Amino acid sequence: MPDVHVSMRGIEKTFPASGGGREVHALGPIDLELHRGEFFAIVGPSGCGKSTLLELIAGLAEASAGVVQFEGREIRGEIADRVGVVFQEDACFPWLSVAENVAFGLRKANLPAADKARRVDEALGIMGLQDFARHYPAQLSGGMRQRVCIARTLITEPRLILLDEPFGALDQQTRLLMGEEVLRLWRQTKATVFLITHALDEAAMLADRIAVMSARPGRLIDIVETGWPADRDSRIIERVEFGTITSRLWRSLRAESLKAGGRPADRA
Amino acid sequence: MSRVTIYRILVIAAAIGILELLCLIGTIDRITMQAPHLIARDLAAILVAGKLNGAIAKTLTNASVAFVLALTVGIATAVAIHGYRALRETLDPLFATYYAIPVFGFYPLLIILLGLGDAPQIMIAFMLGVVAVIVNTLNGLDRVPNVLKKTARIHGMGRLDLAFTVTLPYAAPHVLTGVKLAVAYSLIGIVGAEFIMSRGGMGYEISFAFTNFDNATMYPLIVLILLVSITANTLLSLWEKMLLTRRGYS
Repeated sequence: MPDVHVSMRGIEKTFPASGGGREVHALGPIDLELHRGEFFAIVGPSGCGKSTLLELIAGLAEASAGVVQFEGREIRGEIADRVGVVFQEDACFPWLSVAENVAFGLRKANLPAADKARRVDEALGIMGLQDFARHYPAQLSGGMRQRVCIARTLITEPRLILLDEPFGALDQQTRLLMGEEVLRLWRQTKATVFLITHALDEAAMLADRIAVMSARPGRLIDIVETGWPADRDSRIIERVEFGTITSRLWRSLRAESLKAGGRPADRA
Repeated sequence: MSRVTIYRILVIAAAIGILELLCLIGTIDRITMQAPHLIARDLAAILVAGKLNGAIAKTLTNASVAFVLALTVGIATAVAIHGYRALRETLDPLFATYYAIPVFGFYPLLIILLGLGDAPQIMIAFMLGVVAVIVNTLNGLDRVPNVLKKTARIHGMGRLDLAFTVTLPYAAPHVLTGVKLAVAYSLIGIVGAEFIMSRGGMGYEISFAFTNFDNATMYPLIVLILLVSITANTLLSLWEKMLLTRRGYS
């Protein structure tokens, strides 16, 4: 039996009505378990509630119904210890240098300054940023800024890493290479990774299991096991099984994407 | 030195040169205004003699107190009301029309409430400066990307920590715009109040010199106020430029 790291039971999220309209049922019900140390991805059409689901796990939002548990403890709108999040948007603090941005992750850590400096150096080294420690985010490319954000997350030594479309703003080549780096970090840290993405190939390359979400209100309609070895890299996309997996994901997702876009499935 | 700086210096030099010429050829008579070189000479004499040091110190001290109060209360108020939409919407019309209110009209009332000392003057200057700080700080806080707030929350920051560590630093360039206005308003407020009713300060000395046709005191003091304001503004602009350069807006 796999060790359950995060469990979601009967999760639903509704948003209150605005301007006299009806309340929006954004998500659920969802039942899902993330196994300790696995790389789990979720794909789904735009607006299906993927990011909402991530925020519920992170404790950034509270579920309207159901229970989210991390390491056996309920999360209800409060941030759990040792959970790291990397967002799609640029989350670097523009007034801080790269080293200061990374050190931000240790602000609340009760560590001597020398230890903090050592850990910042280590995180910069892991992400290949040591030559840019004194640079400001505005002097870096989008991919490097995302590396800063990943380093800031890594430095907290998270046991659960939540990635909210972290490569969405990057070009395809950078995305593949960043994907390789994330896989390497996942193997090193042995953390559980939960990835939200709209890119089927990204999910198929990175994840051990991939869940497909329906159009709003987002529900899980399929879970695909990739069966990849842990030491994979981007070259996995050359395999025949890669095509099989992305085809299956698209088969599950196509009708939902059409629905999300306001088009009936039989017209396509 | 940048090209823009050189142009600025040239414009100021040209204006002073024209004024000098108009004074020297008598187009502007000596009773109306002294030539700029005489104003500079008289200013140096006033500063060396030290006879108005007390007045200068009084004005600058009171303006500094009003400025610090406007800054502290302005930023604290903006941070406090930023998250409350209904309160913001209630106060927005007041902020939008605030500078149409003749604040100096409250001076007699403030004297009754606060006495004849410096307090009413400081209050006038504070009232002039504080809303500029609030409005510009709110403007900056509105622009803080949600993702930075979420990042701060993920790292366990509370509301106060978030303000001091994330939202205010992000909003700093906008806050500085308010700070620059507060410097000018604080000085205007104090000098204006001293001009209307006071027994000391640069505003009072300018008023006294004005009624006695004492151009050798009046113009140098006006120039001194200008110099203080320009110096403070230039320093703040340099700071602002440094902040913006770091963020890639140079």
